[in-house]
Amino acid sequence: MKTHIGPAIRLTVVLLVLLSVIYPLVVAGIATFAPGGGKGETITVNGRVVGYKRVGQAFTEDRYFNSRPSAVDYNAAGSGGSNKGPSNANYLKTVQARIDTFLAHNPGVRKEDIPSELVTASGSGLDPDLSPAGAKIQIARIAKIRGISADRLNQLVDEHTEGPLLGLFGPSKVNVLQVNVALDALK
Amino acid sequence: MFTDGMGVIAMYALTVLLAIPLGKYIAKVYQGNPSRNAGSALDFIAPLERLIYRLGGVDPNRQMNWKENLVALVTINLLWFIYAFFMLLFQGSLPLNPDGNPSQTPDLAFNTAISFLVNCNLQHYSGESGLTYLTQTAVIMFLQFVTAATGMAAMVLVFNALRTEVADKLGNFYVYFVKSITRILLPLSLVVALILAFNGTPASYDGKDTIVTLQVDTVGVSRGPAAGMIAIKQLGTNGGGWFGVNSAHPLENPNYLTNMVEDISIILIPIALVFALGHYINRRRLALVIYGVMTVGFMLLFFPSLFAEISGNPAIANLGVAQPLGSMEGKEIRLGAAASAYWGITTTATSNGSVNAMHDSMTPISGAMQMLDMMINAFYGGVGVGFLNFFVFLIVAVFISGLMVGRTPEFLGRKVEAREMKIASLIAILHPFLILVSTAISSYTLVNMPDADWAVKPGNWLNNDTFHGFSEMLYEYTSSAANNGSGFEGLGDNNFFWNFTCGLVLILGRYLPIVGPVAIAGLLAQKKYVPESSGTLPTDTGTFGLVTFAVIFIIAALSFFPALALGPLAEYFSLR
Amino acid sequence: MAKQSSPSLFQRELVGTAIRESFVKLNPAVLIRNPVMFTVEIGTVIMLLVTIYIALSGDTSQGSLGYNIIITLILFITILFANFAEAIAEARGKAQAESLRKTREETPAKVIRTLGRMKLDEVEIIPSSQLQKGDVFLCETGDIIPSDGEIIEGLATIDESAITGESAPVIREAGGDRSSVTGGTKVLSDRIKVLVTTQPGESFLDKMIALVEGASRQKTPNEIALTILLAGFTLIFVIVCVTLQPFAEYANTPITIAALISLFVCLIPTTIGGLLSAIGIAGMDRALRANVIAKSGRAVETAGDIDTLLLDKTGTITIGNRKATHFYPAPGINQTDMVRASALSSLADETPEGKSIVELARSGDFGTDVTRSLSIEGATLIKFTAETRSSGIDLPARLNGNGRATAGQNTDVIRIRKGAVDSIRVMVERAGNVFPAETDKKAKEIAANGGTPLVVAENDVVKGVVELQDIIKPGIQERFQRLRRMGVKTVMVTGDNPLTAKFIAEKAGVDDFIAEAKPEDKMNYIRHEQTGGKLVAMMGDGTNDAPALAQADVGVAMNSGTQAAKEAGNMVDLDNDPTKLIEVVEIGKQLLITRGTLTTFSIANDVAKYFAIVPALFISSIPALQSLNIMRLNSPESAILSAVIFNAIIIPMLIPLALRGVEYKPIGASALLRRNLFIYGLGGLIAPFIGIKLLDLVIGVFI
Repeated sequence: MKTHIGPAIRLTVVLLVLLSVIYPLVVAGIATFAPGGGKGETITVNGRVVGYKRVGQAFTEDRYFNSRPSAVDYNAAGSGGSNKGPSNANYLKTVQARIDTFLAHNPGVRKEDIPSELVTASGSGLDPDLSPAGAKIQIARIAKIRGISADRLNQLVDEHTEGPLLGLFGPSKVNVLQVNVALDALK
Repeated sequence: MFTDGMGVIAMYALTVLLAIPLGKYIAKVYQGNPSRNAGSALDFIAPLERLIYRLGGVDPNRQMNWKENLVALVTINLLWFIYAFFMLLFQGSLPLNPDGNPSQTPDLAFNTAISFLVNCNLQHYSGESGLTYLTQTAVIMFLQFVTAATGMAAMVLVFNALRTEVADKLGNFYVYFVKSITRILLPLSLVVALILAFNGTPASYDGKDTIVTLQVDTVGVSRGPAAGMIAIKQLGTNGGGWFGVNSAHPLENPNYLTNMVEDISIILIPIALVFALGHYINRRRLALVIYGVMTVGFMLLFFPSLFAEISGNPAIANLGVAQPLGSMEGKEIRLGAAASAYWGITTTATSNGSVNAMHDSMTPISGAMQMLDMMINAFYGGVGVGFLNFFVFLIVAVFISGLMVGRTPEFLGRKVEAREMKIASLIAILHPFLILVSTAISSYTLVNMPDADWAVKPGNWLNNDTFHGFSEMLYEYTSSAANNGSGFEGLGDNNFFWNFTCGLVLILGRYLPIVGPVAIAGLLAQKKYVPESSGTLPTDTGTFGLVTFAVIFIIAALSFFPALALGPLAEYFSLR
Repeated sequence: MAKQSSPSLFQRELVGTAIRESFVKLNPAVLIRNPVMFTVEIGTVIMLLVTIYIALSGDTSQGSLGYNIIITLILFITILFANFAEAIAEARGKAQAESLRKTREETPAKVIRTLGRMKLDEVEIIPSSQLQKGDVFLCETGDIIPSDGEIIEGLATIDESAITGESAPVIREAGGDRSSVTGGTKVLSDRIKVLVTTQPGESFLDKMIALVEGASRQKTPNEIALTILLAGFTLIFVIVCVTLQPFAEYANTPITIAALISLFVCLIPTTIGGLLSAIGIAGMDRALRANVIAKSGRAVETAGDIDTLLLDKTGTITIGNRKATHFYPAPGINQTDMVRASALSSLADETPEGKSIVELARSGDFGTDVTRSLSIEGATLIKFTAETRSSGIDLPARLNGNGRATAGQNTDVIRIRKGAVDSIRVMVERAGNVFPAETDKKAKEIAANGGTPLVVAENDVVKGVVELQDIIKPGIQERFQRLRRMGVKTVMVTGDNPLTAKFIAEKAGVDDFIAEAKPEDKMNYIRHEQTGGKLVAMMGDGTNDAPALAQADVGVAMNSGTQAAKEAGNMVDLDNDPTKLIEVVEIGKQLLITRGTLTTFSIANDVAKYFAIVPALFISSIPALQSLNIMRLNSPESAILSAVIFNAIIIPMLIPLALRGVEYKPIGASALLRRNLFIYGLGGLIAPFIGIKLLDLVIGVFI
């Protein structure tokens, strides 16, 4: 073992320089050319940063497209899911409560039309997206509050729907922050 | 749902398409003479390697036998442990801590240091608040590189023993270790890191940001040089993420493209290494059979999980809402249920342990499949160590089927006898032993002393009750023993009991399965090579593959049947 | 002991002994050699204590008293079954060996006492059991030879039928390769002095008996490796079952001790664990039935691994010796004349070749009168010598059948000679006659076809050439083909010249040959093969074979061979049958296959047992797990009972298979694996599902 201690220490030092100093600096350097400069892309409204494009935020008011429930209330200083098991009785009570709340805020919506994403928490607690169905089921409510036609809102959601990658891979989604920024701009 | 399926198919197909040339390349990398060029695409790196050898005080031409190699491996690992432990213990007072995060407690530092040292990356902390940029890069990311390379180097030692001309010396651990980094892990990581950075993952050293949202809430946004680390955590089957929720985090895994890249990165090298074996010892059919067995096993685990996830949670269905996207608790809209199920199986197959959805909230069948995947721990498996685990099953299969054809069992021309069986049996027992005994201890503690006056009372460990609560404990130890690192994260695991017990399981679950197969290989290599005759049982046939599969199924899977029956299976049947 | 077809597996008296032995073997000190069954014994003891506790306390939280008693009994019977398997195998082996040993017990031995180095003429009669190594005894016509030994003086015909079952007497003589005698055989004529070569109780037979008996039986390497693997499996299931208790506690599911131990006993590989030693003993026993005494179990096992087989040509590949097949007269010589001359030259020739010439001449193809009138009265025999390299006969001329004087001046004696081409040529040419070119050509032709030409000359005039051919044993080609399919390379060893050797090798279908072989050639060939990692078997009898027999991985010495050869080899063939090697290889393979397939069967059984017991453990408190009860077994109790009963009775059901061995089929390793995997793997998977379900139905009737 003794003969290997020298190389162990020296190799470790050399590799620390290569892997923990040079490598991340190279990545950071090249990333300055990426959108957002490697610091995360932000969205600005009237010169004010209102959020990060990729990071979801809480929309609980009825005049906005509501985002999904979050176990960390969309505080991106941290992140987290509910980690509730599918059979957990307390959890199912929470979901039932969310369903009831949703139905109360969206009169006229039938329970069996509510997509489960709107009553289940995301993994990160920072999910920035909704499915197109998840957005559209909220249109009637928003239309009523904002006095904008449902068709116009439908169109807005369609405009902000990002299809699958290359049209082939993965789900379609609507970025809640962006669609709400656009919603505010409609006025 | 159709495009979700297409995404999964594309991920697997692309992985294999990339793994084929990569396997050939890797074989060439390890075949190369240490001081000369290997004739591979990255020969321009050779001067850098020579510099590393010189500064590191390593003679790359020195051949060592299996014992010397293992001593070298263990020595440098021990050093890393000490280094990592003290860095974590004092990180709060060290530089590069823009968010002002605190030092870790001794038991958490012990657990974290071991967890990353053993390539497991079980995290009993959250990346945003539990580490500093210094420890993220100089401890966590550093270990993610070197432990992956350790596994790969150990695997090459075994490869060497399977070559016909080898007798005693199995090559030089340091050379394979350095080359794994310079020619495989680092170049691939750079590519993946840049793809991530250009898709929105942070890479700069700027600290946490604070913003006022559209709804006028004030929230923080954690950032940091994450892209580089995320790349190696995926490629090196490490799994420990920058952010607490790992690749479910929208900055760690911004879109479906990055999800594909990251998920491909999970199994790319493990699959490529199987192909590399074929090229390296010039037995491509054998490699193909091994790949076949692994793939069949992998698919048998994946499909039940996929169908369970896209069908949704029956309990939610009972509440009367629609589940068009499948079970969505703990999942991200941009990734979808199918890609999450696929990730769940790839990450548990390979001892990676990164997640893009919360496993704790997945359907019981997915939980069962993921646990089974880790219990077997050899369908592709971790970089390097996956093959080592498979190798143990191979030896047992060779033994049983050798007897069945009336010949003293031999593997690739070398007789498998009592000593090898002793080691193989021990390693095969180790996994059930670690998982079942530790889960038994925690169950016992929970039932008999729920109110023990500890930092976290055992009665409060679990985030879920009944069967699912049992699954949380079983999953935690399975993940530790398999050096996986994913978890049913509802478990209250950042306390002395869990930090300590998992730490022990982690060490035993890492080093014995490396030492065992290398020792078997070393012993085999010392035996006389017997050229194959028509009486020899060929190991590169489907029939032999079937025996291997049966051995894996009966030893690794069935011994966990009672435990699984009480956890996920009971939950599954009671949910219906 | 005559070679006999396998008697019924369970003879009454053997079963009696075996049952007694089954109980003796319950002794933990003995049983610990078998880790699998030892753990069952521990389980049984625990169950016994539990049952006693219930009986005394009346506490029924562990299930009813009756149920616990039944489980305890079944576990106990499981151990007995396993012990019985071993005991019956031992009993059969011992019976076989005893019957051999009986023939040599307490035979009076005529020991020649020595005084210093001087042998006295005095003979003292002592019981054979008192013979010591180094003693010399005398045997005369009618005596039973009291001990194994080596003839140091004299020659005798001996009836070895007691050992080999072969009724034809054999000749044994001092010096030479046939100097060894075996105790129990009978001297038919003459008188020999024999040196005792083994201590009492150390003869091969004694060793074999000891091997069959448990005490000195050492586990073979493969058996050790397999025991380790089985111990590993057992340990895994210890872990599975012990940890189940706290798991169940978490799930609020009390598990009875009976259920836990039943699960454990069902999961551990009791089937193979119980039959393992029986299989090993049966392998030795099969060797013994083939009249091969193996000096260790290891030797039998190694035989299955043989890559290369060295076989002597004579006796193995060809029938004993060459035979005359054709007469080719020289130009101008009448065929009848030539045949007659050949026959005359051989009439007194006792060698097999000579006899075969007379036989061929008499066969009638050459005119009935050719040989009828032959007479060699008054003739002088000329024996074969190394100098002349020819043999023949000198006949007084008057006795020449038709009185026709043959060419040559010396008419009072007719000299007929037969011999190798060169020697006759020298003789003929020295007399000034011509050696016909055609005969020369014919001789070369014969040699090229693997035959041996024998030129016949009368009074220095060439009469023609006799073709002697090696007769390849009928059926030997098929055997070699079988060996080739087994992956065994056959090598023919012969003193013939390379040309002849090649011809015979091709005809017989051996893979390689060593021509003009000297003893050291065998040795070198074996060494060469071994450096290539091959395992080599050979058979030999002579003292000069001893080094090669020792060097070979499996050396089979013929019982008729010298003591040195027998010491050097690791098996002795009592029949002196060179083709026995092939049988030995198959016995070795069969041994390994039986172990492998029963291991597979045993492990495959676990799947069904899991599905029988695991739901039974939990369904009372977790009804949802009823879905795992895929066999739809009646009740938890009946499920557990069915599983343990199945687990127990499968052992005796497989005893016949363990004793007879699983047949070896030379169909290539992969195909064989497929076949055995299908029968024993898939069979092992399915059989317990059916068996347990049936048992459950039966038990359902009673409870």
